[in-house]
Amino acid sequence: MAHVGAPWAQRLGLALLLLALLVTPPFLPPYLLTLLTQTLIYAILAMSLDLTLGYTGLASLGHAAYLGLGAYSVGILATRWGAGFWMALLVGIALATAVAAVFGLVALRATGVYFLMITLALGMVVWGLANRWVSLTRGDNGISPVPRPVLGLPWSFGRALPFYYLALVGFVLALVVLRVIVRSPFGATLIGIRESESRMRTLGYHVWLHKYLAFVISGAVGGFAGVLWAYYNGFVTPSDLDLSVSIEVLLMVALGGRGTLLGPALGAGVIVLLKNLVSVYTQRWLLILGLVYVGTIRYAPEGIAGALMQWRRWMQRARAA
Amino acid sequence: MTPVLSLTRVSKSFGGLAALSDVSLSVGPGERRAIIGPNGAGKTTLFSLISGEALPSGGEILLFGRDVTRLAPHRRAALGLARTYQITNLFPRLTAFANCVLAAQALRPMKLHPHRDLRRYPEVLHRAGEVLAAVGLAGKADATVQDLSHGEQRQLEIALAIAGTPRLLLLDEPTAGLSPAESTTMTTLLKGLDPSITLLVIEHDMDVAFALTDRITVLHYGKVVADGLRHEVTANPLVQEIYLGVA
Repeated sequence: MAHVGAPWAQRLGLALLLLALLVTPPFLPPYLLTLLTQTLIYAILAMSLDLTLGYTGLASLGHAAYLGLGAYSVGILATRWGAGFWMALLVGIALATAVAAVFGLVALRATGVYFLMITLALGMVVWGLANRWVSLTRGDNGISPVPRPVLGLPWSFGRALPFYYLALVGFVLALVVLRVIVRSPFGATLIGIRESESRMRTLGYHVWLHKYLAFVISGAVGGFAGVLWAYYNGFVTPSDLDLSVSIEVLLMVALGGRGTLLGPALGAGVIVLLKNLVSVYTQRWLLILGLVYVGTIRYAPEGIAGALMQWRRWMQRARAA
Repeated sequence: MTPVLSLTRVSKSFGGLAALSDVSLSVGPGERRAIIGPNGAGKTTLFSLISGEALPSGGEILLFGRDVTRLAPHRRAALGLARTYQITNLFPRLTAFANCVLAAQALRPMKLHPHRDLRRYPEVLHRAGEVLAAVGLAGKADATVQDLSHGEQRQLEIALAIAGTPRLLLLDEPTAGLSPAESTTMTTLLKGLDPSITLLVIEHDMDVAFALTDRITVLHYGKVVADGLRHEVTANPLVQEIYLGVA
């Protein structure tokens, strides 16, 4: 419900995108492959935020915390206890879920900008822990080296291309899970809450519970992104859960198009590309980020996906006329 | 018989302002009751207290014989209470049909299912189509709320309210802002509702109030000043003073 666009067109677009992601990487230059891998992982994070921001209408400014929790789980488990991929994955997601379950209790007492401020503060708590709990996190120095995962497969994930495909599998998995959720009865209730919380309440919905579940699921998927992120980088530092990461993710969702899942994934691509491009020329990445944000709000408030849909509707109308 | 709704000395103040004071009210099963009164009399506040969107400062509210004074709105809805809003409160960017789907699944446990496509719940889709047709909007199923006329939005308000087959329905000025023709359509629609539904209607238009209801409660400055059958209330000198300004 509330999905714009003819189903076949959407499905065709999705199939083409996945095909491109599957077929082209072996022919890409290494640097581009790196960016694409980063994009896929950030896309998971952005899609997870889209569940709360885009579908439920909860703007969180602390989403990097879940990326950090997943990443630190891997860093600590893999370097101290030599834990394998599956164990690290399990713990990473479980920890992010548990922390989201606690943060949700606190943050969902507020709405709007107050919710934003609380999530910001909670995010900074995790960031502070990463910085100060030196015995566990090694503070500023971060944890390295995190070995690439060994899955008992014939390919070594130490190489860029196999790891890219691992990230792709993770991305598709997250996309499928989130897509099933947003199209379910539960997903519809999230959209309803975004549109009118008071109406949902008098219709008979326990609005808080639905928001809370969305918040926790979002954190869990964010933790999943963090697990991949740590394995990808080979190290974990507090900067992985910096405020600027939360802002970047928020922007990926806004730029790509809230409430579309694939839009934020696209937004992740744009931001990752832009960030790497800009850093060649200037240190003022945050300034550029701010400009992109202002531009998005001014010229495409519904993001890239929204602009595309509008363009399509416009074309339809032109054809009908 | 247990009253459907019973209020005992219910009060609500916002800071120093008493919006309602000592309101007592009892509505029997199947009754159709109008709440009238000048602007600011506390009519909508009364509805918010009954629906649970606001909590009373004092007094007791019973729904279907059960004390719900401090019960959350969604729990009251589950008991069989539904309401509409004076200022249209719909899901503006969704289609009329999607609006009804959200209303139709609101009281079903499947609303928490995260794993199956919503389109695979035929009973919910069927119910949504049913209520949409019941308010005369079958042809507008795919129109988003934003693209509906004001009158159609008011009709959709009714569809959402009846989707969960409520036993008590609170209608907050169903004809607000409607043209005379639309108002007639709305009145006919409301008269056609299942007679077993108990109705409480806030209405400014006396013709509509008289057409829909048999009993009238008059609120004035947060107090019940008259309560009775239509002719009793209209004959009440205080009501005449309030409405006609007769000294």
